[in-house]
Amino acid sequence: MPSVTNMLRDKNQHGQRRYSAFGLLRKGLSNQPWPRVWREVPLKDSYDVVIIGGGVHGLATAYYLAVNHGITNVAVVDKAYLGSGGSGRNTAIVRSNYLTPEGVAFYDRSLTLYNSMADDLNINVMFSERGHLTLAHNDSSLRTMHWRAEVNKLQDIDSSVIDPAEIKKIVPSLDVTSEARYPILGALYHPPGGIIRHDAVVWGYARAADAYGVEMHQKTEVLDILVEGGEGRDGKGAGGQVTGVMTNRGKISAPIVVNCTAGWASLISDMAGVDLPISTRPLQAAVTEPVKVFLPAVVVSGSLHTYVSQTDRGELVFGAAVDPYNNYSIRGSLEFTEGLAGHVMELMPGISRMKLLRQWAGLCDMTPDYSPIMGATPVEGFLCDVGWGTYGFKAGPVSGEAMAECIATEKMPAIIAAFGLERFAKGDLVGEKGAAAVGH
Amino acid sequence: MLLVPCPNCGPRNSSDLRYVGESHKRPDPATTTPEEWRTYLYMHKNPADWMMETWYCSSGCRRFFTIERHTATSEFRNPPLPGGKRGGRA
Ligand SMILES: Cc1cc2nc3c(=O)[nH]c(=O)nc-3n(C[C@H](O)[C@H](O)[C@H](O)COP(=O)(O)OP(=O)(O)OC[C@H]3O[C@@H](n4cnc5c(N)ncnc54)[C@H](O)[C@@H]3O)c2cc1C
Ligand SMILES: [Zn+2]
Repeated sequence: MPSVTNMLRDKNQHGQRRYSAFGLLRKGLSNQPWPRVWREVPLKDSYDVVIIGGGVHGLATAYYLAVNHGITNVAVVDKAYLGSGGSGRNTAIVRSNYLTPEGVAFYDRSLTLYNSMADDLNINVMFSERGHLTLAHNDSSLRTMHWRAEVNKLQDIDSSVIDPAEIKKIVPSLDVTSEARYPILGALYHPPGGIIRHDAVVWGYARAADAYGVEMHQKTEVLDILVEGGEGRDGKGAGGQVTGVMTNRGKISAPIVVNCTAGWASLISDMAGVDLPISTRPLQAAVTEPVKVFLPAVVVSGSLHTYVSQTDRGELVFGAAVDPYNNYSIRGSLEFTEGLAGHVMELMPGISRMKLLRQWAGLCDMTPDYSPIMGATPVEGFLCDVGWGTYGFKAGPVSGEAMAECIATEKMPAIIAAFGLERFAKGDLVGEKGAAAVGH
Repeated sequence: MLLVPCPNCGPRNSSDLRYVGESHKRPDPATTTPEEWRTYLYMHKNPADWMMETWYCSSGCRRFFTIERHTATSEFRNPPLPGGKRGGRA
């Protein structure tokens, strides 16, 4: 908890005005404009670290570089605006009930960081630990859920399999009768799971990193990665050393360049001559008109390829599985809406008269084992934090922390040791599909 | 809905087919190393451009074929080619 003296002190040690209830009231009464959240400064021609991608991963990495390691001569560049990628388009679900021990430990650390984020970053991230239910409609998914629950319990994660009567108690609007087309046989219940205000997370990291001197450069598109001494075309590729990036605003020199571009990761990586095992697929989501709050938990159905939660404003937010073929276009499709509507009505027949307000899509960087790719690449100084697929928002804080440590110490931190790029050549995959196939 | 031109059935809704993904040249299993085999299995170019890819006509002729599609506009170009399971031609 921030102390009262802290709350009354108007500015933090970096001269930024603190956000507080008092400040909100004062602004409300005086009608003054709010100050910029982060500075806009001229682009320099060299930095210690250039981070490509201003989503939660790039910004968290920059923040932890500054806070945990004192590395502040850092630029985060984004071709559009901060949060324009998956970080501003996701359905904001956070949880740690994964299937592999490596995944569980990793996502659990992220939940811990999310828990203290409002204080750490002095921004209201509206983290709501409302509970997360994954429904089983057949024996095989029930078996996977028991498996997940046991893996989770071993690592002290609150996660258990519950029966339809208990499900009905938590979410009365669900059809748990045996007459349903896909009867609900049970659910994996994960009370610490919930939703968070994703924009505030992005802005919070940007604002906090800015306070330490990190620079954020929007509308700055990386067009090429400069590499010397590699064995591929133009000295790129394995054995090379990165020297900087070429952008639409000129050349930037840097001994370390980090790829945090999610759906665009393959394009950036190719500029350095590094191949990735990634396919880019759009993931679509949709939101309804607001109604009185009736859905207290996040509900996911793997068999029906859908999930739903209700915002504090009352809208239902729906997501699904990724589109069926590779695509760099983020146009929504009618078949998505149609399939989604059919599936959610199987679960909650009562919402059939509600209207969808909007649908949208974001690009997801899918990997063969539904796990990320982090750390070094065959090009010296060119690091990656990609492969976030449909599940990377919740991983933002822990990834930033681990990538910052990786950059500062030049060693792979234990918590991400399983996620290196070399695992694909070694055939040492992480196998998280059982807990990540429905995108959230 | 994306209309996918099957060489045998003509244009069909993409939901009638199964997407296999980017086509890669399959190395000879008799001589390849495990690393090369895994590169073939996992690595992709994933371009935002024209790409050769493999589809399986699961509710039609039940054949695999390869075709060139633009991954930003989803236009197809050039006639489809019959292909092996993971698209022998790249
Ligand atoms: C509809 C939807 C729902 C989702 N739901 C969830 C969920 O509930 N829970 C969860 O954990 N995850 C979810 N995800 C996944 C999550 O959103 C992503 O994994 C995560 O946001 C990735 O963050 P990032 O910072 O790595 O990348 P992004 O936020 O995608 O940022 C990448 C940035 O790179 C920039 N960029 C690209 N190319 C260049 C270039 N050449 N030069 C400069 N900049 C460039 C882009 O402009 C972009 O801002 C969802 C995703 C979608 C699309
Ligand atoms: Zn056919």
